[in-house]
Amino acid sequence: MSDATTNMTSDPMLEAIVGPTPGQMLRKRIFGHQGLMIGVVVLGILVLVAIFAPLLAPHDPYAQSLMARMKPPVFLGGTWEHPLGTDHLGRDYLSRLIYGARVSLMIGVVAATISGVIGTAMGVAAGYFGGKVDAVVTYLINVRLAMPVVLVALAVVAILGGSLQVVIVVLGLLLWDRFAVVMRASTLQVRGREYVAAAKAVGCSTPRILMSEIMPNIANNLIVVMTLEMAHAILLEAALSFLGLGVQPPTPSWGLMVSEGKNMMLFEPWMVLIPGAVLFVLVLAINLMGDGLRDVTAPENRS
Amino acid sequence: MLNFILKRLGLAVLVAFTVSFISFSLMFLSGDPAAALAGETASDQDVEAIRVLYGFDRPMLVQYWDWLSSALVGDLGESYYFKLPVSSLIAERLQVTMLLGLCGISFALLTAVPLGVAAAIRPNSIIDRIALFLSVAGQAMPSFWFGLILIVVFSIQLGWLPPSGTATWRHFIMPTIVLGYYAMPAIMRLTRAGMLEVLSSEYIRTARAKGASEFTVLFKHALRNAIIPVVSLAAVQMGFMLGGSIVVESIFALHGAGYLAWESIARNDLPTVQALILVFSLFYIVFTFLSDVLNAWLDPRMRAG
Repeated sequence: MSDATTNMTSDPMLEAIVGPTPGQMLRKRIFGHQGLMIGVVVLGILVLVAIFAPLLAPHDPYAQSLMARMKPPVFLGGTWEHPLGTDHLGRDYLSRLIYGARVSLMIGVVAATISGVIGTAMGVAAGYFGGKVDAVVTYLINVRLAMPVVLVALAVVAILGGSLQVVIVVLGLLLWDRFAVVMRASTLQVRGREYVAAAKAVGCSTPRILMSEIMPNIANNLIVVMTLEMAHAILLEAALSFLGLGVQPPTPSWGLMVSEGKNMMLFEPWMVLIPGAVLFVLVLAINLMGDGLRDVTAPENRS
Repeated sequence: MLNFILKRLGLAVLVAFTVSFISFSLMFLSGDPAAALAGETASDQDVEAIRVLYGFDRPMLVQYWDWLSSALVGDLGESYYFKLPVSSLIAERLQVTMLLGLCGISFALLTAVPLGVAAAIRPNSIIDRIALFLSVAGQAMPSFWFGLILIVVFSIQLGWLPPSGTATWRHFIMPTIVLGYYAMPAIMRLTRAGMLEVLSSEYIRTARAKGASEFTVLFKHALRNAIIPVVSLAAVQMGFMLGGSIVVESIFALHGAGYLAWESIARNDLPTVQALILVFSLFYIVFTFLSDVLNAWLDPRMRAG
């Protein structure tokens, strides 16, 4: 069947009749989706910035300079020595922003991975086995949803002491709810398909059915939830750090930079505006990518 | 329907008890609560005295039972910092948070529903694009940053609104917008999707065919059906917002329960933190339960079953 299709599409006359292959249609959907493309490009740039931070940053993000405190950015009358100015300790703002991309992206990726593993395991088990397993997972999801995330995360981080690792683990252990909900629903949809029944009929073991029949067919939803939860984790870390109970100084976290700039807000509003704007752009890019992936992989569910 | 409600009620009660246990266990996460309470300079005897005084020497489950049975009659212990009963402290602070939550959800509904309807009437029009932009931006906007921008613009630059406090209704304008904008995107998307689905259905075509005016079609036939899921989403969002008010209250220095939570966490005032986690969770549980009941009541298919 697939051989026949590739042969036919090589003929322009026949191509007009049979239309593009599924692969071509997918590529067309991906590249034709404006939001997805913007998200991928912006996120790609920010990832590169984070990876090459030591090469890109003009100064050491931790180096303080009492001689150069609160210098304005270049567009507010500053100099190119510090393109985005310096903070209240004379640290270069641009360098701190560049290193801050590392903090945010690391938190997003690692926290979403931890919660993704927990949530997927729970959701797939609930959807596939049903019955008591499903009842327990539904109950756990309800418990998790009832807990106010910001409050619990703040309390736990405050008790255990704020550090990058603690924040990542706490967020990872808290944000699995959407994974569990979506993976459960996706598994329910897939479990009744013929190929699952066929795998059962030929005597495949349950782990094998889960790994090679169920998982590949729900992976697209997993990726979508993963991106959205990455954005969620990044926003939460910024909020925790802003409240002074997340990542601790002198780590260059964007939320922390907003919090430090807040005290100077009356005279130097740019100290709040710049790190917040970067955070907004990063989260926006991730969300655009997530929404775009959902549209592209499931065009019938487009909202 | 009674069966459905009883099942939901059972789950809600079970969840409430679990949450109470989790928030109680928080105290033991730090290791020794007596040592934490006594402070770093306390001697071993002091720590021991505090341990006996507060009953930390008993088994954890006994302490939990003790805490739970007093919590059930409204006694949530005494705040380490204020030396006042936690329940009266929270009751006093909750008024501001409830008011803020109500304002926030009203703002979200009053902007999201009309926008969602307008966007659904003309898909891909300018209004639809503006609505989409607002919802995408709202989902990516860090609420603390948005609040600070509003303060910079409306308090510092223009001098129109007070930056912090709760004295007058004008103090609530910016917090309402920040909190409401947080809930708006989800409500708007759901309204738009629901309207689009309903507008393409058979009975709308019938209503149009029999010559009903566009106004009647949109508001009497379409919106009525599209709004059902929105109502239950709004109830759930309300539960989320009360928990999320902690950020907004700290930016605008609104002395509500969220602000109290932030202060108490910073001061290591564990009885207050435990109680607040429990109270916010209970609000969420009650709101989701109500939304389930409301959904069942509004949807005739569920009413029959």
